[in-house]
Amino acid sequence: MMSLIKTKTAAFYNIKNNVENYLFIVPAVAIFTIFYIFPFIDIFNLSLHEWNGISLTRKFVGLQNFKELFQDEVWWKSFGNACYITLIALTFQNALAFALALACDREIRMKQFYRIVFFLPPVLSEVVVGLIWRWILNPGMQNGEYYGLLNYVLHHLGLDQLINNWLSDPKTALTCIAVVHSWKGFGWGFIMLLAGLQTIDRQLYEAAKVDGANSWNTFRHVTVPMMIPVILVVVILTVLGSMQVFVLIISMVGQGLVDYTEVPVTRILAAMMGTNRFGYACAMGVNFGLVLILISLTMKKVSDRMKQA
Amino acid sequence: MKKILGIFLCLILLVGCVKRQQDPNTITFWHWMTDRHESFQKLAQKYEAETGIKVRVDLYAPSDAYTQRIVASAQARVLPDIFGILDKKEIFASFIESGFVADLTEYFKADGGQWESSLFSKALDVNSFKEGNIYNIKPGIYGVPIDVTNIQMLYNKKLLQKAGINNPPKTFDEFLVAIKALKQIGVPGFVSGWGELWMADCFASNYAFNIMGEEKVIATYRGEVPYTDPDWIKVFNVFKTLNANGAFYEGIVTKPNKEAEQDFALERVAFAFNGSWCVNVYHGMNPDLEYGAMLPPAINPDLPVRIWGGAGASFVVNDSSLRKQKAVDFLKWLTAKDQQEFIAEETKNLPANRRALSSIPEILSEFARGGDYTTHPTIWEYNENPLVSEKFTKGLQSIIIGEKTPEQVAAEVQEIKQREIKKDAQKMLTK
Repeated sequence: MMSLIKTKTAAFYNIKNNVENYLFIVPAVAIFTIFYIFPFIDIFNLSLHEWNGISLTRKFVGLQNFKELFQDEVWWKSFGNACYITLIALTFQNALAFALALACDREIRMKQFYRIVFFLPPVLSEVVVGLIWRWILNPGMQNGEYYGLLNYVLHHLGLDQLINNWLSDPKTALTCIAVVHSWKGFGWGFIMLLAGLQTIDRQLYEAAKVDGANSWNTFRHVTVPMMIPVILVVVILTVLGSMQVFVLIISMVGQGLVDYTEVPVTRILAAMMGTNRFGYACAMGVNFGLVLILISLTMKKVSDRMKQA
Repeated sequence: MKKILGIFLCLILLVGCVKRQQDPNTITFWHWMTDRHESFQKLAQKYEAETGIKVRVDLYAPSDAYTQRIVASAQARVLPDIFGILDKKEIFASFIESGFVADLTEYFKADGGQWESSLFSKALDVNSFKEGNIYNIKPGIYGVPIDVTNIQMLYNKKLLQKAGINNPPKTFDEFLVAIKALKQIGVPGFVSGWGELWMADCFASNYAFNIMGEEKVIATYRGEVPYTDPDWIKVFNVFKTLNANGAFYEGIVTKPNKEAEQDFALERVAFAFNGSWCVNVYHGMNPDLEYGAMLPPAINPDLPVRIWGGAGASFVVNDSSLRKQKAVDFLKWLTAKDQQEFIAEETKNLPANRRALSSIPEILSEFARGGDYTTHPTIWEYNENPLVSEKFTKGLQSIIIGEKTPEQVAAEVQEIKQREIKKDAQKMLTK
């Protein structure tokens, strides 16, 4: 009899504990469902419809929007442009961030000042950065003088052959955007890489020095291996951030230079607000989201392998 | 402590979920015009003092962000009492069809049509749907214009005189001569904010009307005339010719209008293409600027150049608002002579009320004279497919940067046009 009571009490407490546990995760699950899962399902549902965003009726078109999307040359070109910006960010931006983080990790004068200065661009608004760089790259002249800073400097350095209409030239517009994006973004990488560098045990450097390693060997065999987890995080964040750049583009080149400065987000915006094709814009969103998920998964796999190695 | 915190959080959630009871004597009014916000606030205070009705004036700028907010609010059914629709006629029609916009015809026609007759008819046209419109909207007036606007060319008097030009050019050839003369004294010719594509589209449309006339332009939109037609090639050639003559200011294709306004106001460039709202903007940037307004120089002397214009800012009333009558009363008051004179004086915009025209500055009178030549996509019986328009404006950019010829662009635009015609035909078949 006593054992039956004991078993029943244990079962009761077991159920109570389980219910309690579930209750604790209910808010998180509810928030995740309402704000993440439901919108994604709704966006996918919208992508199967033709809708102008206002009308009370939506016409079901099945996979027609996706079919059209796969034949949309500008859409795929915009992907290529985003990849180009990402490539510049991955190389130029992160190399610069790493170099500056290494410099600030050493005992140099005014270390704190440099840290603050390097972290300034990321805290500025993208619109402000875009407008400042529009002025720097402005090709206009007044009274025989260039008033865009870059052309002005080039002119006074006697490099007139390099003077250009930077943001209205298909050869330079996207690169300018990519460079400005990198300039704005390198501060994040800098802070993360600097934090990573400071966690490396200084004894490792001393041991390497005792073993006769020069600076390059110390960097190659101590710093880089220890920094791999941080570098991977920086790379993933750079890729995801750069693929989604668009505010900077709008503030630098308005509605774009033909298709040379189009990226997926500007295309989604154009479909939604320019041509009022919400269904098509949602199909773009779904497609873009899936590509980003794919990129993230691939990079996670690569990062896991590198960690194992 | 934990319990208190839990109760507090639950209360916050509950309060958040309860629909806010709105004051029946407060009208909400959403607009996008930074330069007019202060004037609207002053007028709202005056209205409250006169009637006891409070008007909450909310500014959401720039216009793109405003449009997005309005669309999102319509989707969530939380539109304010008074708002503006800054979109194509087709979208305006969708708002009406979905029950978001009140039909104001009876208010305009009341008292022998006093309200209607006090306003410029072209400004009302933009807000009206005529009998037999292609959107199947019940004919009537659905919006209230608070000012009128038109987009013309502007010239800097001092710079033109410096180049030995005494009168602004009337023909396209005279314009090219002026550009050459300006070039000789080192002054760039023409600027506009074509980083905002609709402005380039507007300029092209002016010349399309001048070269081939309204009927042929609309026939093109209906798909009856191809973009490869010689007249359309002439339209594209306007851009090629201007480019070849060095008329365009550096970077025009990606220039936002605000920057183009700065270039003209600071006398860096002799001609600009801009709307009448620029008077206030230029005044703010350079009060001493001496300039005049002119119609775009004509190519075809047999047909008039038509400029875009009509209502500047218009507002509609939320059909499901509980304060519909109060909202209409406020708009009626806002478009009365005294308030219109106040807006015109404070913001240097053309008033929508014809009786308030007497107190406007000379440059606005010049704009007002162009009012006879105005037209607008929202009053055309047929609008171009947005995808074709997008290709068209991007094509104009390609011509300006010299990477494509007018013929290539015309062929590409026509290709998209044919694709869209085919799609429309398929849709009709499935219907």
